[in-house]
Amino acid sequence: MGEKITEKTFEEALARLEFIIGELEKGELNLDESLKLFEEGIGLARHCNAKLDEAQGRVELLLGTEDGVAKTTPFQPEEE
Amino acid sequence: MPEILSVSQVTLQIKRLLENEQALQQVWVSGEISNFTLHSSGHMYFTLKDEASRLRAVMFRRENQWLKFRPYDGLEVVVCGRIGVYPKNGEYQLYVDLMEAAGKGSLYLAFEQLKERLAQEGLFAPERKKPLPRLPRKIGVITSPTGAAVRDIIKILRRRHARVDILVIPAQVQGDTAPASLVAALQAAGSLRDLDLVIIGRGGGSAEELWAFNDEGVARAIAACPHPVISAVGHETDFTIADLVADLRAPTPSGAAELSVPEINELRNQIKLYTDNLHALFSRVCAQKRAQSDRLSFHPALQHPDRLILTRRQQVDEGKEELVRQMKVALQERRKDLQQKMEQLDMLSPLAVLNRGYSICFRDTDGKLVREAAEVDHGDVLRITFRRGQLRTKVEEVKKDVTTWAKK
Repeated sequence: MGEKITEKTFEEALARLEFIIGELEKGELNLDESLKLFEEGIGLARHCNAKLDEAQGRVELLLGTEDGVAKTTPFQPEEE
Repeated sequence: MPEILSVSQVTLQIKRLLENEQALQQVWVSGEISNFTLHSSGHMYFTLKDEASRLRAVMFRRENQWLKFRPYDGLEVVVCGRIGVYPKNGEYQLYVDLMEAAGKGSLYLAFEQLKERLAQEGLFAPERKKPLPRLPRKIGVITSPTGAAVRDIIKILRRRHARVDILVIPAQVQGDTAPASLVAALQAAGSLRDLDLVIIGRGGGSAEELWAFNDEGVARAIAACPHPVISAVGHETDFTIADLVADLRAPTPSGAAELSVPEINELRNQIKLYTDNLHALFSRVCAQKRAQSDRLSFHPALQHPDRLILTRRQQVDEGKEELVRQMKVALQERRKDLQQKMEQLDMLSPLAVLNRGYSICFRDTDGKLVREAAEVDHGDVLRITFRRGQLRTKVEEVKKDVTTWAKK
């Protein structure tokens, strides 16, 4: 809970979202708590979607590494 | 006079005889290993035997370093080598160049031996397995950049998750140099912080072609890799040491691609579903709370608060009256009680007796009550108290024995 939503990994955010939905389904919370969870849940869903869009769809071939930094070139597999 | 030879000369002749015999200079021998010892120099000494005979054998380090399995007593082998003589011991022996395990074969034996060793070290233990990320952002693929495997993997990754980043880490996947190449690729992958997952594999091939994936160094490099590793070697039926060490074994390279990323559209749908759920649930909570607050606001207490006060005031008034009434009753009871007590007291009071005509007599000297004539003497002064007034009188005569009605 303590950490910011944007610092969560996709898994953590999704798990928290599932937890929040479970809590709301129980219907035992007061309005303030519900509102807080609802807002957090919407934030988490947004964050999950952002994570899905984070990668850029690059395909590269590793030429070598230098101090943990990769030297790469775009890669296109040979056609059959 | 016959020629007398030294031991060395005879031995040398035997050595020449044997070592010039072509048939014994490249000979294939099958037999069972016994008395196996691995000397600290790295040379292997053992005896090959069958039902009838024994043959001493040595396999030097230079040759045995290529052995994939470790020989042991009782193992049936086929070896190739040459017969030579070791003059110092006067013994002939087989100098072994090649050794293959009979039965299921050397590769199988090597596989089983390495598997057992690594299993004992705990390299395959379930608790060592790293969990796979549900949504990797960047995947390293260690394989041949020209093979079918890399093409399949990229194709399927793209189909499931168009945006995942793929880094192909080229490695030789078969041949003598393949293990070192795979280890180097694994180390490179491990040094790249931005990888979330590594797939290592190749397409199908013969057991020999897949052999690099049974290499001990490769197995250890997989175990040491800080990223989760999916192995994808050959076909579904091919099992390698790499598969056992990897965090997840995929049946094929395509399978690895499918296991490594989720269907992105499924995930999007799921998140959409969750968002809808959230809205619906929150609306429900709001509706519930509104209904609750409505119910309360129509409560008569909130509708007509003045009535509540009137009622309370009436209650206070009633209470006041009741209190006064109760107090009166209580007071009366006390009064009656007191009356009774006073009457009782009255009856016991000596004054009441005086009322009835009796009088009381005290001795004047000490104020003591006089009950009997014997308590006073002639001449004593007495005080006699009546209903009203007192007398001081002097005793003229004491009649001790006059009987009266009072009990003793």
